Amino acid sequence: MSAFLPETILNWLPDAIQLFYLVATGFFIRGVKLINSPGTARKGNQFAAIGMLIGVLVTLFDQDIVEFELIVGGIVIGGLIGLLLAKKVQMTAMPELVAVFNGFGGAASALVAWGELARNPDILSFDTTGLVSIGLSVFIGALTFTGSFIAFGKLSGFISGNAITFPGLNVINIGAMIATLGLIGYFAYDPTNPTLFWVILGISLLIGVTSVIPIGGADMPVVISLLNSYSGIAAAMAGFVLQNNLLIVSGALVGAAGLILTNIMCKAMNRSLVNVIFGSFGAAAGGPGASGDGDKTVRETSAEDLAIQVAYASKVVIVPGYGLAVAQAQHIVKEVATKLESRGVQVKYGIHPVAGRMPGHMNVLLAEADVPYDLLKDMDEINPEFATTDVVLIIGANDVVNPLAKTDPTGPIYGMPILNVEEAKRTIVFKRSLSVGYAGIDNPLFYAEKNQMFFGDAKKSLQALNEALNEV
Amino acid sequence: MEVDLTLLLFIFALASFIGFELISKVPPTLHTPLMSGANAISGITIVGALIVAGSLGNPLGKWIGFAAIILATINVVGGFMVTDRMLEMFKKKEDEK
Repeated sequence: MSAFLPETILNWLPDAIQLFYLVATGFFIRGVKLINSPGTARKGNQFAAIGMLIGVLVTLFDQDIVEFELIVGGIVIGGLIGLLLAKKVQMTAMPELVAVFNGFGGAASALVAWGELARNPDILSFDTTGLVSIGLSVFIGALTFTGSFIAFGKLSGFISGNAITFPGLNVINIGAMIATLGLIGYFAYDPTNPTLFWVILGISLLIGVTSVIPIGGADMPVVISLLNSYSGIAAAMAGFVLQNNLLIVSGALVGAAGLILTNIMCKAMNRSLVNVIFGSFGAAAGGPGASGDGDKTVRETSAEDLAIQVAYASKVVIVPGYGLAVAQAQHIVKEVATKLESRGVQVKYGIHPVAGRMPGHMNVLLAEADVPYDLLKDMDEINPEFATTDVVLIIGANDVVNPLAKTDPTGPIYGMPILNVEEAKRTIVFKRSLSVGYAGIDNPLFYAEKNQMFFGDAKKSLQALNEALNEV
Repeated sequence: MEVDLTLLLFIFALASFIGFELISKVPPTLHTPLMSGANAISGITIVGALIVAGSLGNPLGKWIGFAAIILATINVVGGFMVTDRMLEMFKKKEDEK
């Protein structure tokens, strides 16, 4: 595009591009800052998008860019696919979609490094920095790509959510990572052997698979968040390859942000990142509870019976989980809550930090159903309130209300902070069956004296409750 | 333009610190949108893809750049739009009050 400009402008063009990159960076930083608060979050996302637009437009004036056919074609194809995915996907499938987008981002960074390598006819024109950056960008980008797609597979059920592992896999993974770094070093020392590049690419793709596959489905949010951080670092590495400030700064921003978020999510589960990655959570407890013990009894309730209980309660707390999302029951929950409120019942929502498949997943769903923001209480706010609560409706949640987290030191979820629903006068569990949750362990809450089970699809059960409330 | 490696590393480190500071106090409600928004920003690699696909050189490299543009654009366009879809709901809440 620079070909259309007069020569006087061309002289200061490189500097102008750098200045506009600085402006774009400003938009990114301001944007992320604004996403910190619910009132300004949407504006923040738009700020970041504007920053991206500036970055892309300004780059088109780069004097190295002389051909536009592939650029226009690529943007049109990619834009249409992105648009379609973003419009069509269900709110419940959001975590999967983020995993897919993230995988594409990682792959793109690896391709940028590879493309830059392939584009230059003389491989010896790269200096050591360039070659190391290419190696790292391919390594991190490729493992982000395969890792994200394994995470996507686990979340959407294509791949078993159980931890798939064998003794020594962690050692092999760590060994492979160190070996790859060694190979990248050798590649920088002697780049003339093309096989070496393929070996680096191949091992990196494999590491993505073998390091995510041993992690249980319940930990996928943490994995996606970590991979999100990786894709930022991969972009920054591609920035080192091209010596592009905008790539380095934005990539580093995302890398750091993803790491912080990952840390917050681990804290919510009372586990360390190392434990999530190498702990093979859920592998040992792959289903002893699923068979169920015959000597335990559960109490069942019906829609009519439940309607009476909640209609004459003074305080009801709703605890949503992934089952609510799967059943698309957020709107009917809101309807039931509205009915109860009109009868003078106080209704609140208790949201566990890892309820659903991502932090904030439940909040997004309930917000979609127009549940007022200030009724959504997080764990620390709601826990002291259970003692004064008459009925807790646990809808499609399991592990986050499992008392074993407090009582069984040998259990896989021991130490995870949970919602203390058992302190309430009555708990009602909406669930399809007595099957185990994502952590793969039985839940003694189901058999507690104060608990009643309302079996069935969450949406249908709530609809039945909603109708029964008209009769009360 | 010749750029000193030390300077690039300096920029990288500073930007990382800003990233750490920026999101230390986000309410849990916004974690999913934040992850999604940050993910869209990581699509910045599109800028690198443009340079690789649009510059002169070996055709293979340019086609690899073309593939990179497609994937990065999906990440950018899809990422920002889906984040906006999530955040739209909060916006509505604010207006009602």
